[in-house]
Amino acid sequence: MGLLSKKDTKLITDPLADNNPITIQVLGICSALAITAELKASIVMSISVMFVLGLGNVVISLMRNIIPSKIRIIVQLTVVAALVIIVDQVLKAFAYELSKTLSVFVGLIITNCIIMGRFEAFALANGPWKSFLDGIGNSLGYGVILIIVGFFRELLGSGTLLGFPVLGDPIAKTGLYAIGYENNGFMLLSPMALIVVGIIIWVQRTRNKALVEDH
Amino acid sequence: MENRTDKNSYTIIFAIAMVIVVGALLAFTASSLSPKISENQRIEKQQNILYAMGVNDNDESSAIFVSTKDAPELFTKYISKQLVIKNGEVSEDDQAYLIDLKKDKAASGGDATKRNLPLFVGEKDGVTHYIIPIYGKGLWDAIWGYVSLDENMVIQGAYFDHKGETPGLGANIKQRYFMDDFIGEHILDDNGNFKGVTVAKGNADPTNENKTDNEVDAIAGATITGDGVTAMIKSDLKLYKPYFDNLKNN
Repeated sequence: MGLLSKKDTKLITDPLADNNPITIQVLGICSALAITAELKASIVMSISVMFVLGLGNVVISLMRNIIPSKIRIIVQLTVVAALVIIVDQVLKAFAYELSKTLSVFVGLIITNCIIMGRFEAFALANGPWKSFLDGIGNSLGYGVILIIVGFFRELLGSGTLLGFPVLGDPIAKTGLYAIGYENNGFMLLSPMALIVVGIIIWVQRTRNKALVEDH
Repeated sequence: MENRTDKNSYTIIFAIAMVIVVGALLAFTASSLSPKISENQRIEKQQNILYAMGVNDNDESSAIFVSTKDAPELFTKYISKQLVIKNGEVSEDDQAYLIDLKKDKAASGGDATKRNLPLFVGEKDGVTHYIIPIYGKGLWDAIWGYVSLDENMVIQGAYFDHKGETPGLGANIKQRYFMDDFIGEHILDDNGNFKGVTVAKGNADPTNENKTDNEVDAIAGATITGDGVTAMIKSDLKLYKPYFDNLKNN
């Protein structure tokens, strides 16, 4: 990659696997559980978080030398809330249909711990370009997990992917359902998202022993 | 050395400046965009009402409104009368679709006789639609909808929407497979008493063939949103029962 130095590339690739925000840093679990019942919602949420985290990291990084440390958390919260609300209002005025799909996610984005976590851990100490890359990297890492969880929950819970029936029709008993397969309704509930995330963490740490903490 | 950003005076000035800047920014955005947003919402209401009476661009499986461009024209074409019912008295009002049910409900203080109840009468292919807006609460926030009834209070079409239900679960009340289940359902029981439609778990009728059981199949994982739909149908449609009784007697 000519555009990015080796260090910059690491900012993007690290959060994808060995420093993943969900499976390693255990941030953003709440939204990972809440909205992954469908693949589509997972994708929309990933893109929204990428936008907010990329932009928010840049803004916080630009302000890092003037933010008083005593109230930095509140300042971060204000910045992200203002950003999200302005974007939501603009969408409502100029892309109403899209805004209706996204408005559900607005509240979830503001309270997403990944956003505050990255502001606090990275943007406050690094320049805007690095912070931007860190934001994109972390939201990609977040998105990958969301999409994996969403894929399994929608497939096993509803027998569809992105709304398309891929396993046949459960009511007319075609496809897989003809031989006695049933959707697992439990997959649609949040506890199963936690279990799927747990399985991902298990697989990841089995493959890379260096990630296993010593006690 | 003490950092200048650690001083109390700096912290306070920063906080004040931040509040002013962010507040001004938000106020400016909100007020400059609000005419456009409320216009969008007005057209959306027309699209919702038209949707409930079957004027839409639905394809096989997804719910699609008529285009925002055509909505005002189609609204005038299909909706023949807009009525407001107040304490049993019916009057015409061509702005009835703009009545905010939430505010009206709050202003009445729970007294049904003080409510301004909007009702839209539409004609499509020789069939008369009585379209009623309903409003209630789901798990996280408001849910609302439009239900089209015939003279016998049998549902001919329904549209539901929500502000912030869980995507993939409660948010699915605005999916075709849920809304279409309501078509043909009876609001009254066999004796003509008001019963509503219950969003029921395990009603042993997932394909919804029994239209007179006053039940539709619930969405898995969306119990509270489903109960909210049941409740708003019961509470809001009930207020219109006298109107339909009158309709029959005359």
